[in-house]
Amino acid sequence: MSDRSSPAGVAASHVVGPAPHIAAPLSCRHIMLWVIAALAPAALWAIGNMGAPAIVTFGVGIGSCVLTEFAWNALLKRTQTIGDMSAVVTGMLLAMSVPPRTPWWICMVGGIVAIGLAKMLFGGLGFNLFNPALVGRAIVMMSWLGVMSEIKTPAGVPAPGGWFAALSVPASGKLDAINGATRLAIAAADRAGNGGYAYDLAKQYGPLLLRNLEGSLGEVSAGLLILGGLVLLARGIIDWRIPVGYIGSVAALSWAFGSDPIFNVLAGGVLLGAFFMATDYVTSPITRNGRLVFGIGCGVFNIVTRFFGPMPETTTFAILFMNGLAPLIDRMFMPKPFGYLRPAKAVKADA
Amino acid sequence: MAVRLFRGGVHPPDRKEATASQAVARAPLPERIVLPMSQHLGAPCQPLVAKGDRVSRGQVVGSVDAMISAPVHSPVSGEVVDVAKALTPSGARVMCVHIHPDADQDLATFVPIDAAADDVAAIARAAGVVGLGGAAFPTSVKLVPPKRSPIDTLILNGCECEPFLTCDHRVMIESADAVVAGAARIASAVGAKRVVVGVEDNKPDALEALRKAVSEAGADIETVGLPTRYPQGAEKQLIFALTGRVVPQGQLPSSVGVLVHNVGTAVAIHEAVASRKPLMERVVTVAGAVAQPGNFLVLLGTPISDLIEAAGGLVGDVGRIVAGGPMTGQSLASLDVPVVKGTSGVVVLTAEESAPHVDGDQPCIRCGRCVEACPMDLHPFAIASHADRRMWFGVERFHGLDCIECGCCSYVCPTRRPLVQLIKSGKSALMVKGVKR
Ligand code: SF4
Ligand code: SF4
Repeated sequence: MSDRSSPAGVAASHVVGPAPHIAAPLSCRHIMLWVIAALAPAALWAIGNMGAPAIVTFGVGIGSCVLTEFAWNALLKRTQTIGDMSAVVTGMLLAMSVPPRTPWWICMVGGIVAIGLAKMLFGGLGFNLFNPALVGRAIVMMSWLGVMSEIKTPAGVPAPGGWFAALSVPASGKLDAINGATRLAIAAADRAGNGGYAYDLAKQYGPLLLRNLEGSLGEVSAGLLILGGLVLLARGIIDWRIPVGYIGSVAALSWAFGSDPIFNVLAGGVLLGAFFMATDYVTSPITRNGRLVFGIGCGVFNIVTRFFGPMPETTTFAILFMNGLAPLIDRMFMPKPFGYLRPAKAVKADA
Repeated sequence: MAVRLFRGGVHPPDRKEATASQAVARAPLPERIVLPMSQHLGAPCQPLVAKGDRVSRGQVVGSVDAMISAPVHSPVSGEVVDVAKALTPSGARVMCVHIHPDADQDLATFVPIDAAADDVAAIARAAGVVGLGGAAFPTSVKLVPPKRSPIDTLILNGCECEPFLTCDHRVMIESADAVVAGAARIASAVGAKRVVVGVEDNKPDALEALRKAVSEAGADIETVGLPTRYPQGAEKQLIFALTGRVVPQGQLPSSVGVLVHNVGTAVAIHEAVASRKPLMERVVTVAGAVAQPGNFLVLLGTPISDLIEAAGGLVGDVGRIVAGGPMTGQSLASLDVPVVKGTSGVVVLTAEESAPHVDGDQPCIRCGRCVEACPMDLHPFAIASHADRRMWFGVERFHGLDCIECGCCSYVCPTRRPLVQLIKSGKSALMVKGVKR
């Protein structure tokens, strides 16, 4: 705040300001750097497996987000805000929510939309209603649905050897007819087509956790995403209520609908959503109970649309839908002050 | 006894190690004593002396006939050199009696107070005792509880949850007997059956000293260690921790039958009753970026610059200099202000420690940390943003009046929003408008 230098000449560095005079060390930038660090293992592992196309996707995603924010501030002569690193986080999340072979110009449009339309137009970090990365992804997905659904697993990615090979089975398994589709799409087609479970969901745990090459960059390793999420939880960067509500309700509902809860948590970007997207501060509720409700809402929307909607990949829309409800949820779950309307009763509650 | 945990709060580094083991030493006699006529909450005193008058140690130099007030006594014998306005730690210019102390002082004697022997409230009033924890509310007022809500529990606050400060810690160790005696006197004055001293568990030696004093005195006083968490020493949080009672919104602790006094205040009351000694000096922690941090017994009215000299002077790049603790104290623009009754410490922060505040003015990112940290379960950002837009109804609707101004919200905010500052402005605006609370 408005510190002014010493009027009494105590020392050149002497300043005056309002209480409190000390502050917790965690700044906004630190928080964003932690999120980047937590995403890094999954991102690097994706690059390691996908090679050049993944590097291009990450590069264009992050670059277009940062440049859009930079240009916006520069054109409107605002204070530059790229130093808070939130645009880098958005770029990383955007890149991780699209397939590695997404044409670079689609990534670029995604980045421009994410930052320009979903963030800066609303007034910048702190004022946006919807998660920028998810808006970017949703818009490019809808605009180029044809292009995006044609994207196949990169050919010629060498399978790793040793014990690892056993885990990295291709998604399609027996159902060769839909080669290149994600495990989730295969599972959905299987359920719709045969009404049974020819596709062994339990066999998919290993690949989904460690090396899954079908789907978006963020789906390569659910295991590394869990690791990153746990780091964020341990560091107090994110509140446990959102991921617990989200993952818990996905598991519970998919079990209730007769499917495999673990498969449903690991597939379709649920973990990326639960740990890294739904937990976006700006677009999720601020109240404790509100966050739990928000997380549960994301999971319920995600699973209901996954099982009963036209497409199984609905994480993006689940979170965006709940983003829209966040202000309402906050209003409903506003905490009651300590001592709120507890008159005479309090005396009797003696220990 | 089961201790209850209040929700929220923060864990700032406690930084007490430099002074916690430093015995209280008397600060040197200053060349000038400046006694503000308003060192307490309530009506300011009128000066009773004029320029040129001789005063003795213990003599009343200012008082007023209002219910909520506390007289001011000269801590030295000397000559009144001026009666004029001067700057106080709060930043306000108030009427002060300026005294030039005699070179040879007999600090062992004083003019005893004049009050009925058996009326503790009247004695506290005559002795000018106020809450020494920092709030400086006149103690006599609290010793006359409202008739409709009898007091059954007296809590002595030895939490000292503010970082850096160790004055209460030292008082509990060095004057444990007086703490216990003071507690007994207050308890019998208000008719409290249960007496509990709450001490944060980062001060095991203080608890030990108190327990010893309690058993030696054969007193019926509980001593309870509390988890170290700021603001454990806030009145409502402390009452909840020790009794499980929740003070309803907008009401005083007496509404749940509890009275809370700081341990230092108990000592002052004991001295006032036992030896008729008025409040003329107090223990002050001088800590942070000074050469020899320590605890000092300081005559009220001593300039803070003298006190910093007594602690060896400032060292390094000095940022904020705070009267009181770093969470709620006053940042001083000038060191030419006196120690007053409510000055528990002088904390010198380095430029670096004060730096996180400088680069601020980012918007709220809705991280929820302020909500999580608020010990009153408020929504600090909502209150602050309404206050910022001068939408006072929002301050009221989000219960801004329940804010205890602990500063936890501002402390944790990663974008350094001046939350408690805005909330305070909202509260005063509501008070001006006459919203009751
Ligand atoms: S709103 Fe008031 S009570 Fe709550 S943390 Fe902030 S200063 Fe403390
Ligand atoms: S701590 Fe600061 S950034 Fe976080 S919600 Fe509160 S005001 Fe906003």
